[in-house]
Amino acid sequence: MTRTSLERVEARLGDPVMSAALVAEHGLSPEEWERILELMGREPTFTELGVFSAMWSEHCGYKNSRPLLRMLPTEGPAVVQGPGENAGVIDVGGGWGVAFKIESHNHPSAVEPYQGAATGSGGILRDVFTMGARPVAIFDSLHFGSLDSPQSRYLFDGVVRGVGDYGNCVGVPTVGGEAIFDPAYEKNPLINVMCIGVLPLERLIRGEAEGVGNPVMAVGARTGRDGIHGATFASEELDEEAVDSRPQVQVGDPFTEKLLLEASLELIERDLLIGIQDMGAAGLTSSGTEMAARSGSGIDLDVAYLPVREEGMTPYEMLLSESQERMLLVAKPEHERAVREVLERWDLQAATIGRVTDDGMFRVREDGVVRVEIPVKPLVDDCPTYVREGAMSPATAEARAVDLRPYSSFATDGEVEAALGTLLDSPSVASRRWIYEQYDTTVQTNTLEGPGSDAAVLRLPAEGRALAAATDGNGRHTWLDPRTGGRAAVAEAARNVACSGARPLAVTNCLNFGSPLRPEVYFQLAGAVEGMGEACRALRTPVTGGNVSLYNETGAQPVYPTPVIGMLGVIEDLERRVPSAFQREDDEIWVAGRTRDEIGGSEYLAACHGLVAGRPPAVDLGEAAALVDFLVEGAADGAFASAHDGSDGGLAVALAECAVGAAGGPLGCTVDLDAAPAGANVSAAGRWFGESHSRVVLTCRPGAGERIAAHGRRHGVPVARVGTVGGPGSPCRLTGAGHAIAPAAAELARIYEEAIPLRMSEEAGITS
Amino acid sequence: MTAGMKVGIVRFPGSNCDADVYRAVTEGLGESATYLWHKSTDLEGVDVVVLPGGFSYGDYLRAGAIARFSPIMGEVIDFARAGGLTLGICNGFQVLCEAHLLPGALVRNRHLRFRCHDVGLRVENAATPFTTAYSEGDLLHIPIAHGEGQFVAEAATLDELEAEDRVIFRYVDRRGEATDAANPNGSARNIAGIMNHEGNILGLMPHPERHSLAVLGNTDGLAVFQSLLASVLRARGCRSDPPRAEAPEFAVGAVAGASS
Repeated sequence: MTRTSLERVEARLGDPVMSAALVAEHGLSPEEWERILELMGREPTFTELGVFSAMWSEHCGYKNSRPLLRMLPTEGPAVVQGPGENAGVIDVGGGWGVAFKIESHNHPSAVEPYQGAATGSGGILRDVFTMGARPVAIFDSLHFGSLDSPQSRYLFDGVVRGVGDYGNCVGVPTVGGEAIFDPAYEKNPLINVMCIGVLPLERLIRGEAEGVGNPVMAVGARTGRDGIHGATFASEELDEEAVDSRPQVQVGDPFTEKLLLEASLELIERDLLIGIQDMGAAGLTSSGTEMAARSGSGIDLDVAYLPVREEGMTPYEMLLSESQERMLLVAKPEHERAVREVLERWDLQAATIGRVTDDGMFRVREDGVVRVEIPVKPLVDDCPTYVREGAMSPATAEARAVDLRPYSSFATDGEVEAALGTLLDSPSVASRRWIYEQYDTTVQTNTLEGPGSDAAVLRLPAEGRALAAATDGNGRHTWLDPRTGGRAAVAEAARNVACSGARPLAVTNCLNFGSPLRPEVYFQLAGAVEGMGEACRALRTPVTGGNVSLYNETGAQPVYPTPVIGMLGVIEDLERRVPSAFQREDDEIWVAGRTRDEIGGSEYLAACHGLVAGRPPAVDLGEAAALVDFLVEGAADGAFASAHDGSDGGLAVALAECAVGAAGGPLGCTVDLDAAPAGANVSAAGRWFGESHSRVVLTCRPGAGERIAAHGRRHGVPVARVGTVGGPGSPCRLTGAGHAIAPAAAELARIYEEAIPLRMSEEAGITS
Repeated sequence: MTAGMKVGIVRFPGSNCDADVYRAVTEGLGESATYLWHKSTDLEGVDVVVLPGGFSYGDYLRAGAIARFSPIMGEVIDFARAGGLTLGICNGFQVLCEAHLLPGALVRNRHLRFRCHDVGLRVENAATPFTTAYSEGDLLHIPIAHGEGQFVAEAATLDELEAEDRVIFRYVDRRGEATDAANPNGSARNIAGIMNHEGNILGLMPHPERHSLAVLGNTDGLAVFQSLLASVLRARGCRSDPPRAEAPEFAVGAVAGASS
């Protein structure tokens, strides 16, 4: 199928005429258009314009983020596959690897929450199993507006159903994630889904198109007109008209996904393939060109052979469709028949639509006539990139300057108790049970610690080992101080994983920001990535891939800049894993890490005073790394009965969570917060609810505290005994900074458990 | 050296608990298991057939409604009608009802949401081939994971099930009481699992296979598989012996294709 000298690229009859307006509609700037003319040496056809539009969108081309992403470390001893593939892969020992990646589906979910979230799950699952890995876990990191808003309740409900139904049907447990509620996300919810898969390392396969003449096959669902230009859509701001963009949102079919999953793994296991890739964003265009680009080859397709769902589809539509549950694969030529047989066994469509070439061209024909001929390398690799000037927004500067002293103390003990109640009732802090009970969390029988603990823990096929994973991000902190927020996302995720006893190994990231054309957003993006890179280096957790989602804004109101980190770690001996909640009455309670006077950006200020202000807590990376070592070595030594990260709501909330989360029902406790390690001049609010980093609530059997102390000395982590776990009927007696409260543990549990269900009850109403 | 029970696990397109049953039988119990492809018509001489959980054929139309017409189901129906031990878990229970091997039906949960968590179960009858390793009244913690698990049947059918001790598992609270609060899906009379009149077919919504491995910290479900093994061995012992006055209650490993 090499083009002969007689063939020429022909426009189709009826194609729109090129114009500046048409180019602009395709999201390309005049400079980018000039670049296209230069590299093509001619004016592109309408179909070719569509291809450029998709590949040079932010979603595929990373034009505003690529220079910044170079700041991230991507190499380390455990990394087998870094960024640039369908998913990253790390070595977890015993010949086993773990493939993982996080991806956003923010724009589609804002328009159609159920399908947006479902297809987001579908896409990330395919990214993982196309590496040859069996998906074993899904995590969802969700950000919505306040649950007091009917629109947010509608979006939240739809997204949870969408994530749940898809994963439940495919049979992959959803075992962790986060849910944050803040008015900043009212019109632009963030839906980030991480998938983790396990593979024997010798079976690792990549998205490559090698070997001249090898067949290129389209597999799975038929191609329809849905989701055309989804990648470009995801690279624009949402406006009121977006609600009319429903055709750009695809519909998911998890049943077909399950068949694709099983068939793909069988094809890979039997070594029948050269390469395989999801037809995700920008569909056939991105999968075809990216596979060719990785191999330095070309690809020659004829869309006449592509199975379609509708009559009369143009090459433009077929190339840009984002119909779900489709894959592109390059088969070993001698196995083309065997490939077909496997697919037929799973009742899947397979069509050979082209061949690999060596001329470096992405060529697409319509019944033999060439409609597209673009050199692959510049199309994929030379998307123009931009380095912009950033500047802190006046609103951030103003918020940082707010005097927090009026909020730093409490008039009465009752005020402290009320604040604790308000925090436990905040949907961003409260129990996520309403969410995760709609998810299958135990299918595949690997779940050792499911949702509700700091990190989910899953057993690995390698004897005796377990995998721990968590997702974290803090938009509020990042808005107040981008670099600190970037550091915090990594440090908190590492701390969560280390609390379970796992050594953090690598991360995947999802960057959710507004329009980078805005100086204040670019400032946030650049700062957050810088901070993330610093923390990844300090904690020796390289980035193996991820996703950038920009233009999360409506009516010039961007979301909080929200970098989300998905962190993976390994526990050598799964019997040594550490749970989060209190285990037994009379256990000693300890706190590791220093409390400083840091209430800036806290959930306490937001929930109790409606205030997002101050400087967020600093992240000392030396302290963060020392705490991780302390936790991992202490766990391996069996020094901890439980370990729980202190974050949103500070120490008081962390203690309450340990108490209400106890497996057999709430346990009380007696704790003196003043005994916890602290810096100078910590205010009452800082002591109770401040969110200083690198702090953990630990417990151990009575009399076993010396081991905690010894590990603390060894790693330079300040530790102190602060109290004792109480019995099932006893209250949580907390004292500190001259205040004392003793709410019943059962009452705290009630507040914590009812917060989300009450807001989502029938009476609250869900509008559509 | 295994004792020699062979469990056949049917794989419909969309089954997703097949591997979990496989692990429960092989890792948890140390017996052998094999997958039976939905397009096959050969039960491969297995002693027990398990219809696993999942979303067979995507649960399109209605949970289990299409699966019952797949080629393997003809054999499974013959096997079950001839007395072969047949266990349907979750989606498998739905398929058994659709195939009229068990009475009643499973409809959407009362609250219309998918629900996954551990439930309390009470063993109502320990004299069945699926429960001899339990004692009557045992309280178990076993996970559920379903959106369509509300068991419904006509009052007369429910009365008959109760009268014949064919309600095998019931949803109960911590104290072992079948309260409404302990009922996760609105099932009639808190019914979680039932048996056919002949006593060789069991369907239940909870997933015993998920609590069958010691490494996961709970093995409350393993006794279902231990009971099956005991039944197989007992039946086999009887079969190789000369006929006795007490005929084996359950025909095990009935020949595939035998008419009912």
